Amino acid sequence: MIDAATSGEATAVPADLPAFLDLENCYQCGKCTAGCPVAERMDVVPNQLVRLAQLGLVERARRAESIWQCVSCQTCSTRCPKSVDCAAVIDALRQLSFEKGDAAGSQRRTVLFQEAFLRNIRRNGRLNELELVGVFKTKAFLDDLSIPFLFKDAMLAPRMRAKGKLHFKPDRVKDGGVLERMFDRCLRQA
Amino acid sequence: MARVGVFTCWCGENIARTVDVERVTEDVSRLPGVRCSVHYKYMCSDPGQALVRERIAADRLDRVVVASCSPHMHLKTFRRAVASAGLNPFLLEMANVREHCSWVHHNKEQATRKAVDLIRMSVERVKHNRPLDPIRVPVTRRALVIGGGVAGIQAALDIADAGYEVALVEREPSIGGKMAGLSETFPTLDCSQCILTPRMVEAGQHPRIKLYTYSEVEEVTGYVGNFEVTIRQKARYVDVEKCSGCGDCWNVCPLKKNPSEFDFGMGFRRSIYIPFPQAVPARPVIDKKTCAKLIRNGCGLCEKKCTRGAINFKDEDRLVKEEVGVVVVATGYRLYSIGKQQENGKLSGYGEYGYGQYKDVIDSLQFERLVSASGPTSGALKRPSDGKEPKTVVFISCVGSRDNAKGIPYCSKICCMYTAKHAMLYRHKVHDGEAHVFYMDIRAGGKGYEEFVRRAIEQDGAHYHRGRVSKITEENGKLVVRGADTLAGVPLTIEADLVVLAAAMRPAAGVETLAQKLNVGYDEFGWLLESHPKLRPVETNAAGVFICGACHAPKDIPESVAQASAAAGKVAVLFANEELSRDPEVARINEQTCAACYACRRACPYHAIEAAEVRSPKGAFVKNTARVNPGLCMGCGTCVAVCPSKSADLDGFSEQQVYAMVEALA
Repeated sequence: MIDAATSGEATAVPADLPAFLDLENCYQCGKCTAGCPVAERMDVVPNQLVRLAQLGLVERARRAESIWQCVSCQTCSTRCPKSVDCAAVIDALRQLSFEKGDAAGSQRRTVLFQEAFLRNIRRNGRLNELELVGVFKTKAFLDDLSIPFLFKDAMLAPRMRAKGKLHFKPDRVKDGGVLERMFDRCLRQA
Repeated sequence: MARVGVFTCWCGENIARTVDVERVTEDVSRLPGVRCSVHYKYMCSDPGQALVRERIAADRLDRVVVASCSPHMHLKTFRRAVASAGLNPFLLEMANVREHCSWVHHNKEQATRKAVDLIRMSVERVKHNRPLDPIRVPVTRRALVIGGGVAGIQAALDIADAGYEVALVEREPSIGGKMAGLSETFPTLDCSQCILTPRMVEAGQHPRIKLYTYSEVEEVTGYVGNFEVTIRQKARYVDVEKCSGCGDCWNVCPLKKNPSEFDFGMGFRRSIYIPFPQAVPARPVIDKKTCAKLIRNGCGLCEKKCTRGAINFKDEDRLVKEEVGVVVVATGYRLYSIGKQQENGKLSGYGEYGYGQYKDVIDSLQFERLVSASGPTSGALKRPSDGKEPKTVVFISCVGSRDNAKGIPYCSKICCMYTAKHAMLYRHKVHDGEAHVFYMDIRAGGKGYEEFVRRAIEQDGAHYHRGRVSKITEENGKLVVRGADTLAGVPLTIEADLVVLAAAMRPAAGVETLAQKLNVGYDEFGWLLESHPKLRPVETNAAGVFICGACHAPKDIPESVAQASAAAGKVAVLFANEELSRDPEVARINEQTCAACYACRRACPYHAIEAAEVRSPKGAFVKNTARVNPGLCMGCGTCVAVCPSKSADLDGFSEQQVYAMVEALA
C-alpha cells in the first residue's frame, strides 16, 4: 500500500474494491490497453487503471474520465493472459465513483445517462427510449441549464420512429418480481 | 540384548532452542537397551564424530542412534563415523529431531516430549537392524546419448574424449539439432553453423562415437552400469555404407515441392534429400510419404542415377541392441505451436495473432531460416507471402510464455536475447527498415547479454515498446499490429510487413514416452526432472540416467553446452569405478513362502522383479518364485505393500522395524 504521505493523496483502503477481482494477478503487460477500442481517447488507459487499483490509489482511478469512456466490450478481459477481469475492475470503479459522487466533471452527463438508463431498465424490464430520453434530458438540463443540449438530438426522433425504435406506449415485462430479484442479486454482489 | 548408544545433537541453537537436549539425554538413557546417551553441540563436527567413535569402543555399542537433522543431510557422515569404529554402517539410525521437531514447534515442553518419542522409536527400530553390505554391480563402460543437438554432441564428444565408447542416437536424418538451423548466435553474432559444424564433423568421425541417425530409442531394460537399449533404425532406403553422398540422386528427384522440415516450411526439399548441405552423415534419406516409387511404384530415377547401387526401396526399419552403462538424455526442445490447433487440451493457441492464417506472421525459428546464409533465400530477407523485402518488422516476445491463459506460465528464457538479435540482424540487412519489438520485461542475465540488448536499441536503432500485442489483422496487404506502450500509457498501432512471434519453448515431442522408458520424472509441461535443482542438476532419480540441454528447461546454447559437459563429467566419474556399489536397502523375497502370484512383479515401477525357479542343490525343480534384481531395485517398497503372503520385505526398512517403531509409541 502506498503511503498517503508519500503519494500526496488520500489512499483508499483495499476493501474499496471487491477481492474477487484478483488485482495482484496483473503483471502490467498492457494487452488490455492494446486491444481496447477506445484507449486512444482515454486519459488513463486500462492497464494504468488496474495499476492504480493495485497501488490502492482508487480515488485517483475513479476520478479518471476513462472509466466512463469504457464501452464494456470485454476485449481486455477476454485476452488477458492472467485472466484478470479488467472490465469488471472498471465496472467496480464506476460503481464506487457513482456512490461517492466524485466522477470527473466532464463525465457528468455520462453518469446521468447511465443512471437514467438503469432506472429505466429497472422499471420496465426493457428499454423505453422515449422515457429514457425524457428523463435524461430533463436531468441534464436541471444540472447545467444548457438549452442547446436539451434539444440537440430532437431531430433524430422521426428517423428513429421510422425504424420502429421509438415506442410511445411503455412496454414492460410481465413479471416485475423477477426483475427486482435480478437487480437485488447484482447489487448484493457489487 | 542390544547395546544402543544415543547421540543427541544441539545443532547449535537449531535444536536446543526448542528442545531441552539435556532432559532428552536424561530420559533416553533410561530406555531399555540404551547403554550410553550423550549430547553435543555439533554432532556432525569432527569432535562430534570422534565422540561417536569413542563411545562405540568404550561402551562396546552394537547399535547407534543419532538424534539430529534429516538423514538427507548427514546420514553418510554418521555412517562413515560408525564404520570407522568397526561397526556395520547399517546398524545406525537417525532420529530427525530438527526438521520433524524443533523447527516446526514452538512449545518447548511439547517439543522435548516429541523428541524423546522420536528417539524411542529409532531405538526400538535400530534393535531390529541387520548388518548389510553394499550391492556391487559391474559397469559396462559405454554410454548412450539420446539426441544429437549441440548438447548431445558436446556430451558425446566429452565422453568419447575421456576414452569411452558412445552411441549417439538422433531421430532426424542428420545430427546438429536446432542449432544447425540458426543464423547467428547471441551475444557475439558468430555464425551458428560455422561454430557447430566442426563439432558435428568431429562427432561423425570420432573413432569412439557410433552414430545412429534417423533412429529412435525403442526400449530400455537393465539398470545403472548394465542397460540394454533397443534402437529402431528407421528405413532410410539408402545404404549408408555404399553411398558416397555425391548428390546425384537428390539432384535428379523430380519432386521438388516438399516443405522442408529443416527450414520450418520456409523452403522446399526433394523426396530424397539431405536436410542441409553440412549434414552429418552426408547421406540422404527417402521420404516414404512423398516418394513416387514408394507410394505407387513410379519414378525410381534416383535408383537409376546412383552409380553405387546404394538406393534400396525394399529397406525396412531395423532393431539394433546396444549394451551401455549410462544414458545421457539431450532431447532438446520444440516451439509452442502458436496457431489455434494444440495437441493437448492443456494448451490453447493465439487466434488473435493470425499465425497460420497470414503468411507473413511467422515464428522465430522460421525467421532464423529466412536470415540464415544457408536458408531458402540464401540470407536475403524476403517475406513469405510475396518475396518482397519487409520495410517494417514487428517482433513480439512472450508468445505463449508467461501466458497462463494459454497454459504456459513459465518464462522461456532465451526469447529476449534472440529477439534482440533478430532486430539487430534485420537492421543489418535492411538499413532503411524499421524494427519494432514488443516486450514485457527484458531478461538479459548473462555474460555480455545486457550490453547486447542495449546495442540493439542504441546502435542498431530497434524500437522497443513495453507492452503486449492484443491483435494482428491484415488490411490492404499490411499487417496491422495493435499493441500498447505501457510506459507512455498509450495504445500503439503499427502497420508491418512481417511479424515475428517469439514462441515459447516446449520439450521435444515424445519426451514423456522416452522418460517413461527410462523411469525419469517430468513435470506437468514435460520438462525432465533433475535429482536436485541445485546440487544434482544433471542427475535424475533413475541411477545412471543423466540429462542435459533444453530437455530439462528452456536454455540457451552456452548453458546447454556447459550442462552437457557436466553430464559427461558425471559419466566419467561413474566409469572411473571397476564396479558400482549401491545402497543395499532393497527388497527381498522370501522364496520359501512366495506363492509366485507375481503381484509384486506387476506392481514394481522399476521392473526389478523377475520370475525365477527355486531348485534343490542337485538342480531339481522345487517351486516357482519371484526374485528381486538388486541392481534394479530402488527400494520403494511397493512389492511389500502388494504381496498377499507377506513374502516381500525391504532390507533396512523391514515390516518388523516399522512395527517396532509403532509399538514404541503405544
